[in-house]
Amino acid sequence: MTTTIRPRSSRQGRCLCTRRPGVVALRTVTLGALTCLALASAPRAETTITVATVNNGDMIRMQHMIGDFQARHPDIRVDWVVLEENLLRQRVTTDIATHGGQFDVMTIGTYEVPIWGRQGWLLPLEFDAAYDVDDLLPPIRDGLTVEGQLYAAPFYGESAITLYRRDLLAAAGITLPDAPDWDAIRAAAAAITDRTAGIYGLCLRGKPGWGENVALLTAMANSYGARWFDMGWHPQFDTPAWAAALRDYLDMMRLYGPPGAANNGFNETLTLFEQGHCGIWIDATVAASFVTDPTQSSVAEHVGFALAPNRPGGTKRASWLWAWTLAIPAGSQKAEAARAFVAWATSKEYLALVAEQEGWAHAPPGTRRSLYAQPEYHALPFAEITLHAISEADPVHPTVDPVPYIGMQFVAIPEFQAIGTAVGQQFAAALAGTLSAEEALAASQQLTLRAMKKAGYIR
Amino acid sequence: MPPPPASRRTARLMLAPALGMLAGWMLVPLAMTLWFSLQRYTLITSGAQGFAGLENYRYFITDPAFAPSLGNTLALVLGVLALTLPGGLGIALVLAQPFWGRGVVRALVLAPFFIMPSVSALVWKTMLLHPMSGLLAHLARSLGLQPFDFLSQAPLATLIALLAWQWVPFVALILLTALQSLDPAQIEAARLDGAGPAARLRHLILPHLGRAIAVAVLIQTIFLLSTFAEILVTTNGGPGTASTTLTYLVYIQSLLQFDPGTGAAGGILAVLLANAVAIFLMRLIGRALER
Amino acid sequence: MSSLSPLLRKAALTLLGWSVGLTLAFPILWTALVSFRSEADALGAPAAVLAAPFTLESYAAITAGTRFTAPFVNSVLIAGGATALALLVALPAAWALALFPGPRTKALLMTILGTRMMPAVGVLVPVYLLFRDLGLLDSRAGLIVVVMLTNLPVAIWMLYGHLREIPGEIFEAARMDGAGPGAELRHVIAPLAAPGIAATALLCLILGWNEAFWTLNLSAAKAAPLSAFIAAQASPEGLFHARLCAAAMLASLPVLGLGWIGQRALVRGLTFGAVK
Repeated sequence: MTTTIRPRSSRQGRCLCTRRPGVVALRTVTLGALTCLALASAPRAETTITVATVNNGDMIRMQHMIGDFQARHPDIRVDWVVLEENLLRQRVTTDIATHGGQFDVMTIGTYEVPIWGRQGWLLPLEFDAAYDVDDLLPPIRDGLTVEGQLYAAPFYGESAITLYRRDLLAAAGITLPDAPDWDAIRAAAAAITDRTAGIYGLCLRGKPGWGENVALLTAMANSYGARWFDMGWHPQFDTPAWAAALRDYLDMMRLYGPPGAANNGFNETLTLFEQGHCGIWIDATVAASFVTDPTQSSVAEHVGFALAPNRPGGTKRASWLWAWTLAIPAGSQKAEAARAFVAWATSKEYLALVAEQEGWAHAPPGTRRSLYAQPEYHALPFAEITLHAISEADPVHPTVDPVPYIGMQFVAIPEFQAIGTAVGQQFAAALAGTLSAEEALAASQQLTLRAMKKAGYIR
Repeated sequence: MPPPPASRRTARLMLAPALGMLAGWMLVPLAMTLWFSLQRYTLITSGAQGFAGLENYRYFITDPAFAPSLGNTLALVLGVLALTLPGGLGIALVLAQPFWGRGVVRALVLAPFFIMPSVSALVWKTMLLHPMSGLLAHLARSLGLQPFDFLSQAPLATLIALLAWQWVPFVALILLTALQSLDPAQIEAARLDGAGPAARLRHLILPHLGRAIAVAVLIQTIFLLSTFAEILVTTNGGPGTASTTLTYLVYIQSLLQFDPGTGAAGGILAVLLANAVAIFLMRLIGRALER
Repeated sequence: MSSLSPLLRKAALTLLGWSVGLTLAFPILWTALVSFRSEADALGAPAAVLAAPFTLESYAAITAGTRFTAPFVNSVLIAGGATALALLVALPAAWALALFPGPRTKALLMTILGTRMMPAVGVLVPVYLLFRDLGLLDSRAGLIVVVMLTNLPVAIWMLYGHLREIPGEIFEAARMDGAGPGAELRHVIAPLAAPGIAATALLCLILGWNEAFWTLNLSAAKAAPLSAFIAAQASPEGLFHARLCAAAMLASLPVLGLGWIGQRALVRGLTFGAVK
């Protein structure tokens, strides 16, 4: 242990006249600094575009397919920034709002596209005839269009459905109707839950986030006749419909849900389902292609599908409409290369490429009519129900009562991300048991009111 | 012999780059933050932008998460200190004794301090604590118990444990170094005088370690007040506000709620708080640092 | 204790020491173990994980292509560059503070350390805007500068602590020989302070390597270091424990190695020279 430096002072005389390692070290340090700075500013020859995307399965597959793009566009190099959903949102939003210009292609959703498009932050997209814009599914395309102008190209689209384990239900001697209501879900979940065997009857999102638990609970609340705002933009968390929806969610999750549900988002729940821990899961249609893939799902043969549930006798289902899309920031210096990439990744050829290399089941779903016209694709167990759920989705009338906003599992106003994030934390706290349902709703009502007042929607 | 004036000038010259850089690094962003904190500046809203006066401060302070975040910050810092100081002292006392393989053990003890915080947090969250697939869940189930969901049921305590794990090597090392400068003859003399281990610890060892403990407290507090990656990876500040600290609330306001104006107001408050703590601590420790 | 025989006492201490060490390092040891298992084996019960066969497939998966190597190189350049720059700036400053103490030296030192207290999140948006205007977003040069600035206070303090211990007579002797400050720095201070510089460099390297806030938020693809690579591993689709552990090990091994080698220097250095 070096406790003191003093003994060395006896060697001082020599130090004065000879070059010692320290000097060399200093010089190396200087050189190192200069080298690092020089390397840091080395230029590149070809056009390099930076694509920011989510670490979801279909996007990871896109990275593996990049060889095809490179063959078509040898002069364009693609750099990836792959992040978890919440972090990705923070990064791209900061960048586009400050015109940072770090990304040439951004993966954003149906919520952001119209808002950002209206702000003038996104480049309008024009495609050639071969791209066939009219092939895009109308509900998906409408959500990405502002005043007749398309601002993003859909990579995959989704609605919500019920996924369940046919084997577990059969073993319990029950069946789930094709269009179930929440009572049927609850009864089935109760019948198949077996905690000691690690089987949880119902898995729902619980991870806080406006795109995570708030998406599910908003859809569920819609099916209970609740809404976020009345026509005067007044928050509605103090209504009986919200109380009923949240109470049932908490009830069912407490009785039949997996431990740690308050940390489960889409990806976490998908993993649980694939490992055979979930009986019923209500979530995005895109999950269907993963849970039926025997290479990653241990329950691939046993999955059944049904529509998202409604209230017994209710008109609205706990459904939603979403697309992950590729968009180009208005400030991009490499718009042409970026456009070529977006066109490639959302083209018919891309779907065919994935089908050829990995099978039709892995083609990104929910964006093109032509995909569903393919006999091989249409024969897949989840194709028909996905198309049906997307076509039925009505973001303008998400619930029974009229609303001043567009959006089924979100509210398409700029302030929603902030409010949704905070409300999501309240719901997660209720699920974790630190707040009661009433407290969580009261807190949500209070903070939403506060934010809406600040933004000037209400006085 | 006082240094000649020429040397003094050189000294000032040599200090200038460092001080200039630090001042720039402090003042420019700080000035910008101060400016933003007085502006209605949101990244994505339809609302008006412009001078806001103290509105952002009012909005930040009246945030329902503000009071809990102050409490959480305090609990976090004190909790980690309460674990690392006795823990570090215990480890240092053991490592100060000769035993077989001490060098390897010292490296093992030191290891947690070197791991990237986001890596530590990710490993704890997925490998150890996950209520379905984590190691502790496996252990609980093999004992016939239901797994405990640490990050939902005890988020702050779990975070404190994680941070303490990262920082206890640091404290142990500081105290170990200080212990080794204690004259063994003194301890031997005390022992011969009939002082038991407890008495030796209290009257001889602890007073000797005073300065080292002060330094450990100061440095840990500085780093703990800005804890960020660990919260982001494990709990995201939740559930609810259960693990939201002041630093994390500033992050939420600026970058999750995309309201840098309010976030800047929070940032200024955090700077004030950090400096208040720092001045208080430095007073205390500055005295201990005097020779 | 004193009644025990010395050998028994040492055995007991060995047991105690090793159990403490293994307990503290357990999460890391477990991570290392799982990283050498196949993805399927890694999900088993602990006993099964322990017994499963050794494989390097996760490491192969992680390092395939440039997904890992590019950020790794960036981390090396950023941590190395920032350390070198920090030393270049800190050494003269610490020298001046240590050898020409004035009435304000202590206040100055405290202020320098105080700059480390500013919560980074509070100034991210301003810094982001500055970086945008300077064209430094997603550039290694920009990250080197930021990481250097965050390390500078620590570097100054550590170097100050070391330099202060060089006995004043040596400088007086040097000055009497007619050595100017430049020669003094080169021929007297640098050799004497080499161990201190090494310790400082080591700590700066470790802090720079582990820096995860600025590097993540100010980089995209070209300059993204390992912190960004790790962030991409969070919350994936599917359970990839083995791959996560392999990534964690690869990201940590360089600093663990540096720490192992530089233990002795660090012990002293970590305390900023305030504890001896």
